[in-house]
Amino acid sequence: MIPPALYEIGLTHYLVLSAILFALGILAMVSRRNAIGVLIGIELVLNAANLNLVAFGRFTTAGLQGPVFAIFVIMLAAAEAAIALAILLNLFERTGSVSVDEADELKG
Amino acid sequence: MAEKIGKLNELLALYGPAILFYGVAALVIASAAYAVWAKKIDHSAFSLMACFTGVAAIYALLGSDFLAVTQVIVYVGGIMILIVFGVLLTDRLPVEFRQVSRETMVQGMFVAVPVLVALLWAVLGTRWPSLPGPLTAPAPEGTTGGIGKMLLTDYLFPFEFASVLLLVTLVGAARLARGGRK
Repeated sequence: MIPPALYEIGLTHYLVLSAILFALGILAMVSRRNAIGVLIGIELVLNAANLNLVAFGRFTTAGLQGPVFAIFVIMLAAAEAAIALAILLNLFERTGSVSVDEADELKG
Repeated sequence: MAEKIGKLNELLALYGPAILFYGVAALVIASAAYAVWAKKIDHSAFSLMACFTGVAAIYALLGSDFLAVTQVIVYVGGIMILIVFGVLLTDRLPVEFRQVSRETMVQGMFVAVPVLVALLWAVLGTRWPSLPGPLTAPAPEGTTGGIGKMLLTDYLFPFEFASVLLLVTLVGAARLARGGRK
């Protein structure tokens, strides 16, 4: 028979899903050389964090505080994506590429 | 016959939520993995869209209806468009920049695998405080009203601060994107 821990979906299941999503985001941030790929990794990490907040809100006494916090994170993610892409467009105009390896002008 | 259907219903009531969760979780993880490994950045962007939609479905499974809708509107409708525009406006790279090279992937694994192991160890090794008794069903009227009340009472300052931040972002992004063009 299937053990109940497998089919009774609880907090741990959501936390494991979020951990996998987080690790995939970190992997994209480190391994992508295209700056847009790095941005995609950041979005994955933020989604993983949101998933944790909502899961804790549902399964503990935190209640609606989880979703409210997640709304602020989504808002910050939108602001961050807009600024990041504006910076990327500038970088592309200056250097003709969006490779994170080539954007090293500020290096001391 | 009726007995068989009754038994089927019983099985569905027992395993249904689990099947739904595992299906959506598989979609989320598969599309996120493809977004990480895809050779072309535009494939990666569209795979990310599937991942965001899957996360919205997970929010719905968690009973956060308002957040699920917000996720679809802001992520799938807003941030995805931004990323696709970014890809369209900058995609004149030589092929080797689009691809994930073996070397950087190994470096990434060196960071990501320990992070994953540490997180899983923490998640699986902790006894999380949880609601006493069985989980209550999500409220039939949804969470929107409650979230609205919280935003305008306990979280009023962050709420107003967020609007200022969004205004600054709007102006700043427009100014930055115009760049050196006079």
